[in-house]
Amino acid sequence: MSLAVESQTSKQLKRAGLTALTFLLMVVMCVPGLWVVLSAFRPNGEILAKPPVWVPEAPTFDNFRKIFGLGTDQVAIPVGSYFMNSLIIALTSTVIALAIGMAGGYAFARYRFRGKGGIFLGLMLFRAVPGIALSLPVFILWSKMSIIDTKLGLIIVYVSLNVPFTIWLIDGFFRQIPLSLSEAAQVDGCTRWQAFWKIEFPLARSGIAAAGVFAFLTSWNEFALASQLTRSTTSKTLPVGLLDFTAQFTIDWAGMCAMAVIIIIPALILTFLVQKHLIAGLTFGGVKG
Amino acid sequence: MPFWRRESATPFLLLTPAMLTMAFVVIVPLIFSMYTSFTGYRLVKPDSLYDWVGFRNYARILSDWDFWVPFGRTVLFLTIVLNLEFLLGLGIALLINRITWGQRTLRTIMMFPMMFSPILVGFQFKFLFNDNIGIVNNALQSLGLSDGAIAWLVDAKLAFFSIAIAEIWMSTSVFAILLLAGLFAMPRDPLEAAKVDGCNPWQTFRHITLPFLMPFAYIAMAIRSLDVARAYDIVTVMTDGGPAGRTELLWTLIARVGYDNSRMGMANAMAYVSTILSILFTWYFYRKLVAARRYMGGAQ
Repeated sequence: MSLAVESQTSKQLKRAGLTALTFLLMVVMCVPGLWVVLSAFRPNGEILAKPPVWVPEAPTFDNFRKIFGLGTDQVAIPVGSYFMNSLIIALTSTVIALAIGMAGGYAFARYRFRGKGGIFLGLMLFRAVPGIALSLPVFILWSKMSIIDTKLGLIIVYVSLNVPFTIWLIDGFFRQIPLSLSEAAQVDGCTRWQAFWKIEFPLARSGIAAAGVFAFLTSWNEFALASQLTRSTTSKTLPVGLLDFTAQFTIDWAGMCAMAVIIIIPALILTFLVQKHLIAGLTFGGVKG
Repeated sequence: MPFWRRESATPFLLLTPAMLTMAFVVIVPLIFSMYTSFTGYRLVKPDSLYDWVGFRNYARILSDWDFWVPFGRTVLFLTIVLNLEFLLGLGIALLINRITWGQRTLRTIMMFPMMFSPILVGFQFKFLFNDNIGIVNNALQSLGLSDGAIAWLVDAKLAFFSIAIAEIWMSTSVFAILLLAGLFAMPRDPLEAAKVDGCNPWQTFRHITLPFLMPFAYIAMAIRSLDVARAYDIVTVMTDGGPAGRTELLWTLIARVGYDNSRMGMANAMAYVSTILSILFTWYFYRKLVAARRYMGGAQ
């Protein structure tokens, strides 16, 4: 009897411990990001205050107004055009990478051909070249072609950055679709092309969307290449623009936090929408080869 | 029938666009940078592109402590953070697997650090570790744990520690999420059989759970190996290799030599060393992944 009670209390203790540990973990995961978001809504004076002000006393949108040039005191940082550049570059490169990745992923998922494993590995290895190392020759070549500081220059780079991983993911999604479905459609008179668009593409659509989000975020977040291949408002992206808030000895923390929020929000929304498919794509394509 | 109309040509045609982009943006530049690494090319002197110096750049960097110290530091940094990320990720995955409520919410929260721009992560931790206004020092002072301001990003050891924390915060979730997916996919039968046969929890974990999870761990490693160089962004923002080069990693060194000192030939030689390092790393984990997959295929 006492033994049973004891084991029950120890069970409860264990459960409480687990809950506490998980809670602690989530705090550690969330606090760094949340603190930046919180600071975006505080005046700079409050951020710099000594002794520290823990609870915001005067929440404000001034930082956002300032960086978009809407307030009375303007910041000379063209966040608006950085945002548009980021959006155009990330969207265009994603669409192109998806088209190329779908063709490639389909080839890997549905055909047997010579050198298949080698080509797949080769694609991955080229993706592994560190951005900064790749930026040196690309910088020289792009300036010879005079596409430095253009959106086109960055789009080309991001497409190739995204193609290998997009192929990996999409290959995984196509593999999940039984081959018999498209075969049945072909028996019923569809061409392979029709079978693809009518059967396989709709079934893999959400997975392809997840691959697209991943590609979009890679371009949206990239810094090492963008920082060298862009110069001015015609092509600078948000991550590069973040550095505009740092002067030699001072940093405009409030403005930087506001800009951080602008970078994070689209990323968080997109991640939230596709997270399930993303995990499925990564593991299924990887394990059940 | 011409080659491209044959059925066997289809996969190659489908792969052509991918090959072309990779050739244009990666292979051609890599060949070009291979060539430049044998010249004394300086950005400010265009003619020096044809100034062939043979292996001089390589001989110089390979005999230069200013190269080997950041090189060793990079390897040390990667060894520490990747092992910690794996262990922490495994711990988190096992923990969340035990929790019965809100698993999906927890998983969603965990995905967020993964989606942060590395440059943003760097900036964020620079903000948190700021000696004057950072939340870390403020918290320590408010709790009375420290009197003065700790110079997290100025002291060499603390700066290295802070950078490692930022990197771990950003990337642990890659491991946690993939290992958790592995735990979800794990068949129940072997676990129950082990229980019936009298295995203790450690034995069950060591001989059943862990082998099953290894392919997932290798997927995570392979994904991580594709962008370990993202640490460049974090270091650039947090310390820019300082103080006095004490947190210089291979990648920040390359940027400094190539762009700031405009010694492109030399920088390309270093970049080649770092590229080979990355490729070996990816290749190793890809091989492990394939082997683990085969092992799993045999076991099922």
